[in-house]
Amino acid sequence: MTADGGTNGFLFDRVVVDDVSRHFGRRRAVSRVTFHASRGQILGLLGPNGAGKSTLLALLATLLRPTSGTIRFGTRDASTADDALRSHIGVLGHDLFLYPELTARENLAFFGALYGARDANAAARQALDRAGLADRGDDVVSSFSRGMRQRVALERALIHQPRLLLLDEPFTGLDDASTAVLLARLRGLREEGAIVILATHDLDLADGLLDEAIFLRDGRMIHTAARPEALRSTYRAVMTGRPAPSGVEGR
Amino acid sequence: MMRLAWLILRKDLTVEVRSGEIAYTTLFFAVTCVLVFAFALVREGRAPEDGAAGILWIAVVFAGNLALGRAFERERQAETLRALLMAPAPRTAVYLGKLLGVIALLVGAEIVLVPLIALLFQARLLAHLWWMIAILAAGTTGFAAVGTLFAAMLVRARSRDVLLPVLLYPITVPVIIAGVRGTAALLQPELEVGVVRFWLALLITFDVVFVTLSLWTFESVMTD
Repeated sequence: MTADGGTNGFLFDRVVVDDVSRHFGRRRAVSRVTFHASRGQILGLLGPNGAGKSTLLALLATLLRPTSGTIRFGTRDASTADDALRSHIGVLGHDLFLYPELTARENLAFFGALYGARDANAAARQALDRAGLADRGDDVVSSFSRGMRQRVALERALIHQPRLLLLDEPFTGLDDASTAVLLARLRGLREEGAIVILATHDLDLADGLLDEAIFLRDGRMIHTAARPEALRSTYRAVMTGRPAPSGVEGR
Repeated sequence: MMRLAWLILRKDLTVEVRSGEIAYTTLFFAVTCVLVFAFALVREGRAPEDGAAGILWIAVVFAGNLALGRAFERERQAETLRALLMAPAPRTAVYLGKLLGVIALLVGAEIVLVPLIALLFQARLLAHLWWMIAILAAGTTGFAAVGTLFAAMLVRARSRDVLLPVLLYPITVPVIIAGVRGTAALLQPELEVGVVRFWLALLITFDVVFVTLSLWTFESVMTD
């Protein structure tokens, strides 16, 4: 990978979602959503339950195809998603994608090998160090607290050093210490030039973290704000249709 | 692709060794099934002719249904199936890894079932061991090939436990019939190699067709 985000023959410097809709039968989970995120940006998808946040993440993860519209990853179109493209996307879902019967080390080594790490065991060792769980690496994941599992899951999502990290409710069930570690890790990823897109309800935790917030309701994008401050009051204003607080740049 | 399939197989076997969940369940069910038939059909040490062949395959197929359901239920519970599908790996490798895992579990059950049925039904299942292994291997592969595809397709269906056998059994009937007839041929006092070869060739043909079709369709059925 090059410093400008170039990877394996294509430039992965931004994600562009252009007029994307996704229907499940007659239900419109996502309707005509447009936004983009560039390298070194953290973008938040905010909205109530059923707003379409998880569906959007699934579309970005190439697990779903848009009913209409296009998603582009740098110079690549999502409709041509292949192993090369998927190798640059990391996902931390609401479910943690970990095998509870395996140890943290085994989980990380398995996913490292699956994502093509040359030395999966070394990658797992480094990931455990980053998660601060080197001394618990040989314990099965089912014996971990939610916060510890979340830290392992985040390292699992990052083990292949993705250009795009997708996070669905990453703060759920975390104590203050684990939350602080996660926030620091996300800021670190931004500095390293990754694109981070997260869907969350935890507005207080996301406050000051996001470079751009996309407000969704009923699958539609109803507002965007660059570098939003006072996220909770902005959210309330946007969702109730009142004017956003002063200082919030909306579109 | 084989490296990734092996990776998934090794992971499945490690999980199974730790939990023992599928192995114990399928084995318990299969052995219970055989015991019930033995009590019902064996009179004064004499069992119906060829009965052992049918009972062996009934036990294998029912146990296989349980193993298939659980193998994918495990991936669904922690949503790890999504992680496998998002990995930069051919989805056919995921299919092959899961298929080999199911076959390994069924082979484990068959290692217990064959001697047990031979003992309880006084059947000569071990008399032609290599033919028996070939028939079982070919039949198990054909059954598991279709079953793995259907179990993966149904993993998000609400009624997956009911739908899996409803879809699986009619399609695998040819495999089950060929397995039963091939095994029954081995139980005859005089082994007719030509008959055994015929049923084995039929099973191998089904294997080739089912595995090829499953590999071909797995990618598309697991997308969206």
